[in-house]
Amino acid sequence: MTRALTPDARQALARAGLSRATSRGFSRRSFLKGSGAVIVTFASAGVMDRMSGVLAQGINGASSPQLDSWIAIAADGTVTAYTGKCEFGQGLYTAQMQLVAEELCVPFDRVRLVQCDTSMTPDQGTTSGQQSHPANFNRTNLALAAATARETLVRLASSQLGTPAQDLVAKDGAVSVKATPSRSVSYGALIGGRKFDLQLDPKAARRHPREWTVLGTSVPRVDMRAMATGQFEFVHNVRVPGMLHGRVVRPPSPGATLMNADESSVRTMPGFVKLVVKNNFVGVVAEKPWQAMQIAEKLRVTWTPGPRLSPQRDAYQQIRKEPSTDTLLVDSGDVDKALSSAATVLRATYHHPYQMHGSIGSSCAVADVQGDKATIWSATQSVFPTRNTTAAILGVKPESVRVIYTRGAGCYGINGADTVSYDAAVLSQAVAKPVRVQLSRKDEMAWENYGNLFAIDQRVGLDASGAIVSWDYEAWSAAKGGRPGYNTPGNVVTGTLLGLNPAPFNPRTPAPAPTQPLNNNLNTAPSYIAGRVGTSQNGAGVVRSERVLSHRVRSPFFTGPLRAPERLQNTFAHECFMDEVAAHVKADPVAYRLRHLNHARLSGAIRAAAKAANWQARPSPKPASAAGTVNGRGIACVCYEGDNGYVAMIADVDVNQGTGQVHVTRLVVAQDCGPISNPDGMRNQIEGGAIQGMSRALGEMVTWDEEKVTSIDWRTYRSLPLGFAIPRIESVLINQPDEEACGTGECSITVVAAAIGNAIFDATGVRIREVPFTPERVKAALGSRT
Amino acid sequence: MAALTLRVNGRARNVDVDPATPLLFVLSDDLELRGPKFGCGLGQCGSCTVLSNGQAIRSCITPVSTVTSADIVTLEGLGTPEKPHPIQQAFIDEQAAQCGFCLSGVMLTAKAFLDRNPRATDEQIQQALSNVLCRCFGNVRMLKAIRSYAAKGVRA
Repeated sequence: MTRALTPDARQALARAGLSRATSRGFSRRSFLKGSGAVIVTFASAGVMDRMSGVLAQGINGASSPQLDSWIAIAADGTVTAYTGKCEFGQGLYTAQMQLVAEELCVPFDRVRLVQCDTSMTPDQGTTSGQQSHPANFNRTNLALAAATARETLVRLASSQLGTPAQDLVAKDGAVSVKATPSRSVSYGALIGGRKFDLQLDPKAARRHPREWTVLGTSVPRVDMRAMATGQFEFVHNVRVPGMLHGRVVRPPSPGATLMNADESSVRTMPGFVKLVVKNNFVGVVAEKPWQAMQIAEKLRVTWTPGPRLSPQRDAYQQIRKEPSTDTLLVDSGDVDKALSSAATVLRATYHHPYQMHGSIGSSCAVADVQGDKATIWSATQSVFPTRNTTAAILGVKPESVRVIYTRGAGCYGINGADTVSYDAAVLSQAVAKPVRVQLSRKDEMAWENYGNLFAIDQRVGLDASGAIVSWDYEAWSAAKGGRPGYNTPGNVVTGTLLGLNPAPFNPRTPAPAPTQPLNNNLNTAPSYIAGRVGTSQNGAGVVRSERVLSHRVRSPFFTGPLRAPERLQNTFAHECFMDEVAAHVKADPVAYRLRHLNHARLSGAIRAAAKAANWQARPSPKPASAAGTVNGRGIACVCYEGDNGYVAMIADVDVNQGTGQVHVTRLVVAQDCGPISNPDGMRNQIEGGAIQGMSRALGEMVTWDEEKVTSIDWRTYRSLPLGFAIPRIESVLINQPDEEACGTGECSITVVAAAIGNAIFDATGVRIREVPFTPERVKAALGSRT
Repeated sequence: MAALTLRVNGRARNVDVDPATPLLFVLSDDLELRGPKFGCGLGQCGSCTVLSNGQAIRSCITPVSTVTSADIVTLEGLGTPEKPHPIQQAFIDEQAAQCGFCLSGVMLTAKAFLDRNPRATDEQIQQALSNVLCRCFGNVRMLKAIRSYAAKGVRA
């Protein structure tokens, strides 16, 4: 039995012929010997101590320069690769296997991949922000390691075969002489079981996308069969011998503090093991999960009330009044003057609510803390940061904590995975036994790090020809906490309850003048401005009178990255406003965008989408009846994170003007993420992102009353179900073999709300400037139409 | 605590549990099955779905004592990685998942419905899935996989 291992480790063991090794008695020494990897000292927890002093692949912190940290080749030719970028449903595990197979010229099924285990893999920080494709598929990290390994093998073969390297070819895990292919030597014979003992070579040649045979093809997900047959091991399924079950008791409202937790109220309940109280953290440990749930329910806890929350209906006004940290990304200095002399000035305000990750499985982790050593099975996107922050919470050294990434339910950013890892660690430390914690649905939803609330003012000046000559963006957003990183566990709820502060909030008004070239990482700047700072010009557009000013205020709730964080909110405001301006000057929305862009790849995506959708040039709105169901179309686009993926989407919608119901009938998405690693995987991401974006645009919103969050389950937080009538989705994949790899997973979701909002306007002539477009909101807007 | 016998995936299983325990916890903890999962504990999302005498039920809100005479089938009871059930094969063929956490709810709800309504229309299939959530929003592929399974079922 090997069930306490990650599926990947299990698979690796099986392939290394070690499938009978047990998880707890599993010999890493033999595994690593089998894989040919480097062995350095790693101290681990619990039963693992029996073989401590052995252990693990050597990693020297951030993204190792050592080839042996990434690639090991066994005597039988099996290639084991190590990555710090993890699979959470986006298909990255399979794509990284393709990358290694392609670059090393070995068959796909000879590659095994170990992901995100602090004892074995490079520290690649966090898997997020569609950064994995650029990080590992270009000229650094995993791709460079595989290329370096291939060139090294050819060199070794050259001396062994006595043939110049240029006369050799690497193929199918062997190097052979081009002219006489029978003269060949296998990788296993060249290096099997030994270290390369080399640094990554920045000059190692990547195989060009035009040569690809494994990358660039739709290799099916290697985990699909296990998922579809209920065999896949999620972190929720990790079972460790002697494991107990914990449950946390969160405060009734943000800011509430603990007065008393009365153990006598639960001490005699079946299965009770321990009540754990630390500062405002309260948890219970029991023998079985159902018992832990009942004990947590029955536990008598008294709290002081938290501060009264400002009413939700005032939220968008309230954030304009709070102290803020102000940032100017771009300021050409002439905006006020340009606006005052413009032929026309248009303005509009956009609102976007807090939304949640709302993972379908509430977050779960298993921790085994024994003395000063700990092992955490966690679905965190950030194993090394989680290692360090967990160590701080436990009061042990980071080197004594091992975090093993084990997949959870889809996270879409920082869901409860980090906080529940802390919960499990604290409870395990208190009982000195392994403890599994899974959050309740309410604890997941009431306390996660929400996507930020935004209020955005847009203003443009037009010249007499209707061209935009000046763009003024000013936004207020609310934030608290975020990813804990390596040293701020207070950025999530458990850390704060334990008495650790979230990252400090330092108001700063006014904003200093911009000095750094525009980095449009958060898509704060619209695509249509030139983005000039000093002599740099990093914008995607042509508007040279430009100001981009942001005010960040303190949120009463934890916030953090939610798929297309801030980019989605900003893009909603930019792309809807661009549509308003085009409509005002009676221009076709596609042509008007192209006229204000100075960016070949974004323009290329727009043209590709327009062509696929058979876009007919005309201004919006289209003439329609004010009653019954009407249809319309809308476009939106973005350079994701400024330079990490280019997407355009065209939405067709039906709007029932009697009910306010919006039915999206078709989405055409054209996307350019450089050379395409796995076309079907890219399509899957486009489709999922598009429909998730629909759910967020049409229904999702965090709600609260004067004390607490009230969107705490699937009745109070509206997610589109599988039964929803979905649009036809047509994905246009723009392959760019000569460009760098950029991101895929967050592009399509970023433009959905704007594309739908623009289509609603096209259909009805009504502009909805606030997400979500619920039937009530749409109906009310239609009712106020003059 | 009470000694109960359940019939799960064709086998009799003896457990000693509080009879009020929801079936999900008995399956996932006492029997260590991986198919049914705790998603919400409220019967709202479908992740915990199992078949009880061929009917899709939400095991997170079903006391174990109420299903002792039922034939329980979990996702892993339908087929194996080597020999998947046709609906599982359809999902594999369509690559119809991202994180995969919701699959018990999606596949077992669809299977139970189609077994009773083999000629169901697309609208009826969607109606049957109106209380099943997938937060990765694999809707396009999942509905395609279910339709493909339905089409094969009708032919058989």
